[in-house]
Amino acid sequence: MDKGLVTVIANEQIAERIYRLQVQGELVGRMTRPGQFVHIKCGTGIDPLLRRPISICDVDADKQILTMIFRADGHGTRVLSESVPGQSLDILAPLGEGFPVDTRTDGEHALLIGGGIGVPPLYYLGKQLRARGVKVTFVIGFGTASQVFLTEELAELGTGHVVTMDGSAGTKGLVTDVLTEANGLAPADWDVLYSCGPLPMLRALQDTYQKLNKEGYISLEERMGCGVGACLACVCSVQEPQEGKKKYKKICSDGPVFAFGEVRV
Amino acid sequence: MKNRLAVNIAGIEMKNPIMPASGCFGFGREYAQFYDLNKLGAVAVKATTVEEREGNPTPRVAETPGGMLNAIGLQNPGLADVMDYELPWLQQFGELPVIVNVAGTTTDDYVQVAERVCQAPNVAAIELNISCPNVKCGGITFGTDPVIAAQLTEEIKKVSSIPVFVKLSPNVTDVVAIAKAVEAAGADGLSMINTLLGMRIDLKTRRPIIANRTGGLSGPAIKPVAIRMIHDVSQQVNIPIIGMGGIQSADDVIEFFMAGASAVAVGTANFVDPYACPTIIDELEAKLADYGVDSITELTGAAWK
Repeated sequence: MDKGLVTVIANEQIAERIYRLQVQGELVGRMTRPGQFVHIKCGTGIDPLLRRPISICDVDADKQILTMIFRADGHGTRVLSESVPGQSLDILAPLGEGFPVDTRTDGEHALLIGGGIGVPPLYYLGKQLRARGVKVTFVIGFGTASQVFLTEELAELGTGHVVTMDGSAGTKGLVTDVLTEANGLAPADWDVLYSCGPLPMLRALQDTYQKLNKEGYISLEERMGCGVGACLACVCSVQEPQEGKKKYKKICSDGPVFAFGEVRV
Repeated sequence: MKNRLAVNIAGIEMKNPIMPASGCFGFGREYAQFYDLNKLGAVAVKATTVEEREGNPTPRVAETPGGMLNAIGLQNPGLADVMDYELPWLQQFGELPVIVNVAGTTTDDYVQVAERVCQAPNVAAIELNISCPNVKCGGITFGTDPVIAAQLTEEIKKVSSIPVFVKLSPNVTDVVAIAKAVEAAGADGLSMINTLLGMRIDLKTRRPIIANRTGGLSGPAIKPVAIRMIHDVSQQVNIPIIGMGGIQSADDVIEFFMAGASAVAVGTANFVDPYACPTIIDELEAKLADYGVDSITELTGAAWK
């Protein structure tokens, strides 16, 4: 990890409050692991003061281009959404422990489940899994049709299921509603699950599949201070604390990705 | 060539007056991935309590214009872990003076931690934390009453073989009274200021953003408060002050010295820029040269009267 400047090469709105931001720079070449994140200084002054953690959606290592998709929700991300090509951005990256992919083998089936702004990191993950010969199925959930994004790009990597809470696009309901035998997504039909999204979704997935001894990984989000493990703002508790071991994990540096059973959500 | 950045506070020789502030730098491991910690004048490590503390529930931080609120709740691995694991690890950085922030719930807690940390060969001073606003017992309850603050300082002085700095809270009506009380009780120096108690509310949920409801405000937003308090206190005591509160640049450091500080600590700026401390050290050397200042010590109290 290090701090450096990247140059904005494109920025466009792709869904309701959702932006696709592409930047180029030397640091991008080091972003090899899906699920890691970057910490961006939004604006140059003291308001906003702190950096914002943004997930890595795609990396073109040869051209040193990083693609990020984020939701302009608060002050910092709204400032970031106003970035224009040619502008420099100060980033700290790559941060955190990402999704493990190097143990996957040809012919396995991976289930990639995303909710809302948790969808973007699944793209880079899907690409790397495909490169290893892993069959990939996406299940992505949004609030409503106007918030849906990245479906075409994900469809190039594997089968996709879109879910919206109000039914205005894809299946009505929650992502867990499509994890059925009818869709070929019963527990016996896949080898590993990777997920990123809202806490209730991650909790439901961990609760259900940990009991069945399925291998799975969840990526957590929390308000961060430093992003490197020093400030202890973004901690979570471990599931079964052991004597003499730490009772908490830092989402920024021990995570954001944790295996089923590691932490309480 | 004379080192114009060198300072001596309560007998601690520092090659420059910059240290990361306690609670903003862990035990140094994270930032050692970015630069050699030997570059620093000293390091103030995370508050240490007798037992491991898990801290407060999340969310623990919220942002404000020019600042941040935090309610970490003194999460730390506990005295034994700090003695066996963290302080020995810091010994690799040669002569780097380590200041251990000591916290507790009772006087006995504080005494126990202070007595032990003195025994670590690389610990140069204790910073007595009587000002943490984010814990229900201890912390600030010791720091808002001059008599109680003085009693605790006296107890710590009895067991400490190294200088004791008392970290004062800005959340009091008369900070000078507390400063004078702890000086009279034997404090070797002061650290000021700790964070200002604050709150932010989420407009969607109508609830405070921080799970603890309130948090400590830090960052550039609190700098004028720190400058004022250091200016007032430094003219009323004869012990050195480590100044802190929103330092982001060499100019800020100079302003703190002019207010009455003899060294400074950089806190929130580390979160914004992991290279904040070494950058400020380099800038400071250049600034002093520009201003024709031979020793930064000349600047302490330049703005008095």
